[in-house]
Amino acid sequence: MAKDIKIALVGNPNTGKSTLFNLLTGLNQKIGNFPGITVDKKIGYCRLADNRQAEIIDLPGTYSLYPKSKDESIVFQILADSSNPSHPDLIVLVVDATNLRRNLLLYTQVADLGIPLVLAMNMTDMAKNEGIDINIDKLALRLGVQIVSISARKNLGIQELKAALNYAGTIATQAEGADLRVLAPDAIDLAKAKLNTTNNYFALQVLHQHEYLQLFSESQHNAFEQIKKDCEFESSKQQAAETIARYRYLGTVLSGVVTDTGAKKKFAFSDRLDSILTNKFWGFIIFIALLFFIFNSIFSWSSYPMDMIEYAFVWLAEMGHQFLPKGLLTDLLLDGVVAGLGGIIIFIPQIAILFAFISVLEDTGYMARVTFMLDKVMRKFGLSGKSVVPMIGSLACAVPSIMSARNIESWKDRIITIMVAPLVSCSARLPVYTLLISLVVPERMIWGIINLQGLTLMGMYLISILAAVAVAFVMKFLIKAKERSYFIMELPVYRMPRWSNVLYTVYEKAKTFVFEAGKVIIAISIILWVLASFGPSNKFEAIDRKYAAIELQKDSVQITTLERDKSAEKLENSYAGILGHFIEPGIRPLGYDWKIGIALITSFAAREAFVGTMATIYSVDNDGEVATIRDKMRGAVNPETGLPVFTFATAFSLMLFYAFAMQCMSTVAVVYRETKSWKWPVIQLVYMTALAYIASLIAYQLLK
Amino acid sequence: MKLSQLNPGESGTIIAFTDLEMSVKLMEMGCLPGEIVEVERFAPLGDPIAIRVAGYQLCLRKSEASIIIIQ
Repeated sequence: MAKDIKIALVGNPNTGKSTLFNLLTGLNQKIGNFPGITVDKKIGYCRLADNRQAEIIDLPGTYSLYPKSKDESIVFQILADSSNPSHPDLIVLVVDATNLRRNLLLYTQVADLGIPLVLAMNMTDMAKNEGIDINIDKLALRLGVQIVSISARKNLGIQELKAALNYAGTIATQAEGADLRVLAPDAIDLAKAKLNTTNNYFALQVLHQHEYLQLFSESQHNAFEQIKKDCEFESSKQQAAETIARYRYLGTVLSGVVTDTGAKKKFAFSDRLDSILTNKFWGFIIFIALLFFIFNSIFSWSSYPMDMIEYAFVWLAEMGHQFLPKGLLTDLLLDGVVAGLGGIIIFIPQIAILFAFISVLEDTGYMARVTFMLDKVMRKFGLSGKSVVPMIGSLACAVPSIMSARNIESWKDRIITIMVAPLVSCSARLPVYTLLISLVVPERMIWGIINLQGLTLMGMYLISILAAVAVAFVMKFLIKAKERSYFIMELPVYRMPRWSNVLYTVYEKAKTFVFEAGKVIIAISIILWVLASFGPSNKFEAIDRKYAAIELQKDSVQITTLERDKSAEKLENSYAGILGHFIEPGIRPLGYDWKIGIALITSFAAREAFVGTMATIYSVDNDGEVATIRDKMRGAVNPETGLPVFTFATAFSLMLFYAFAMQCMSTVAVVYRETKSWKWPVIQLVYMTALAYIASLIAYQLLK
Repeated sequence: MKLSQLNPGESGTIIAFTDLEMSVKLMEMGCLPGEIVEVERFAPLGDPIAIRVAGYQLCLRKSEASIIIIQ
C-alpha cells in the first residue's frame, strides 16, 4: 500500500500500545518480517484528516533502548538508523499515566535521538481513579512536545491523537533532557566527529551498540571500539550513570506536574486477587482447574461447529460428484483439493478457542502470575519462569513460541526452551487426537460433568508436557551455560480483558494458520491424491484386466463389491501404497499398517496432514457413497485378520507417535533460524523421532 | 542489609547495588538508590519474590534481590 508518512508506536510493555494500534488501524493490518531477524513486524494503515495514508508500525514493548533481549534490540536498530527501511518519520510514544516516571525514562532516550514525536498518555482515566492528577499542559511545556491524553481501552482521545499526528511537524521540537555529554565528553566528541553528527545521544548510543547497526563498515566498527578503548569507556558504568541522570532530570520535570493523593488504596483489588491466585495452595489448584476448563472447552465448544464444517464439506463433495462432469479433474478437485481444504477449515474452531483463552490470560495479567508461580519449579528442570509462556504458546503452535523464547535473556534457558517446546502438543496434533479419541474412546460423562473424551485429551496434553519437562531436565546437564539468567519482570495489575484485542488475536492466528499451514496441506493433499490414484502402469493394467475378466463371469449383483475390491487393490499398488508398504516392516511393531504408513510419510512435512491424508486415502478407497472420515476409519478392517484397524492399542500408539515425533518442517526451519546452526534442529529431529518410536512401541506392545 | 532478607510486608530504602550489570536493568525498571521498596509476597514456592517499587509491582528472584542493599 502506498504511504505518505511512517509512524512508529514505541512504549513500555503493558501500556496498551497494541490496543492503540488496533484502534488506529482496524483490520487494516498485516504481519511481516524485519529483514534478517524473526521478530514479527506488525504494520497497519490509517488515513489522516488531510487524506494522507499513514503506515503505522507497532514496535515491541521495551523499558529502555538498551536491549536486554534480542526482541528488544529491534527498537534501537530502527530508531537509531535513519537508513533503515522501517525508520519512522514520526514517533508516537505511548506512556502509562499510572506509572509516569518509569515510562518517561524510555521517552527521554527516544526523544534524545531527535525524531519528531507525539506523546500519547494512555490510561489517564485509570490514573484519575487512583487519585493521580497530571498537569498535562505543564508537562507538555516542559518537555516541548505535544501530549494527547487518551484511553485506548475506552476508545477516548483517538480522534484527538489522529489530529495531532496530522499536524505534527517534520522537525523535532522536544527539549533536550539531561546533559549527557558530561558522562563521557571525549568519547562522545570523537564519535560525533566520526559520525558527522551534532547529536550527543546518537553518538553515545553508537559507542554502546554499534554492533547492532548494519550501516557501518568493518573499519568503522573498529574505529568505535578504538575510541572506547582510548577513552576508557565502560558500557555498564555509562549506562548506570545515564539512567541515574535521566531519572534526576525526570524528577525535576515531574515536580509540580504529578500530584498523587490516594497512594495507598490503588492496588487493593490486585493485591486481594494475588493473595488468592498466587496462594501456596489455591494458586496451583486454580491454575490446574483453569487448564482443565480450557481443554474441556476446546473439546466441547468446538464439536458443534466442527460437525457443521465436516458435513458441509461432505455435502460439497457429494454435490460435486453429482453435478460436475465425471473425470480426472473433478476427482482431483473434490478428493484432493476439497478434502484437503476441509481438513484445514475444521481446525478453526479449536484454534480460535485456544487463542481466545491464551489471549485473555495474557491480557488480564494472569499469565505473568503463572510465570511468577512456576519459576522455581521450571528452574529445577533447566528452564525459567519465562519459559512458561513459550511452552503454553506451544499448545497452539511451536513456531511463534520458539520465536517468543527470544524474551529469555539467558542463552542456556533459551536453548532448552527451544529444544523442548515442540514436544508440547500443538494445535496441529489436536485434530489427530480428536479424531483418534473419538474413534476409540466412548463419549461418556463421568460424575455427570466430566467428558471422558475431554479427559483423555487432557491426558495427552499432560503426557506431552511431562515429556518436555523430562527432556529439559536431561538437557540441563548436557548443555553448558554461557551467562547467568535473569528474572526481573513487571507484574501488571489485573485488568478486564479487552475483548476487541482478543478478537483481533483470534482472527489473526486463524488467518495465519489457514494461509500458512493451508498452503502446505493443500499441496500435500494434491500430491497425495496423485500418488494414491496412479501407480506403475503395468500393475494398474493387470488389475484392470483381472477385474474385467472376473466381471464377465459374475452376475451384476456382485459388481459393487467387485468395484470396491478393485479400488482397494489399486490403492495398494499405487505409488503411495508402494511407499507405505516399503516402510511397513518398520512400523508394524507399533501397530500400524501401510495406510497409516502413508500418513506418517506425509506428516513429516506437517503433522496436520494426517487427517487430510486419511480423508484422501479413504475417499480413494470408497465405494461410491460419501461418508465422514470418522465413519470410514471406524469401518476400516485389516484384510488379513478381519479385525478393525483402529483398535485402542493402535490409536493410542499413534497418538503417542504424533505427540513426540518432530513432524513439522516449519519448526525445523525456525529452530535453525533462531539458533543459527543446523546442530540444534538435527539433535531435535533425532531425539524426538527416537522418543516417538520407542514410546509408541512400548505402548502398543503393552496394550495390544 | 540485602533486599532478599526482608519478609513480606517489610520495606526499606535502596542505598546501593553489589553488581553493576544487574543494577542497570534494575534501575531502568525504577529501582533507584533512594527509592523505597516493600516486599509484597513470595511466590508459592518461596522464590521469586514480588516487590512494590516506584508505584508498581516487580518480581525478581531472591538471587537478584540479594544484590540490592537496603537500609
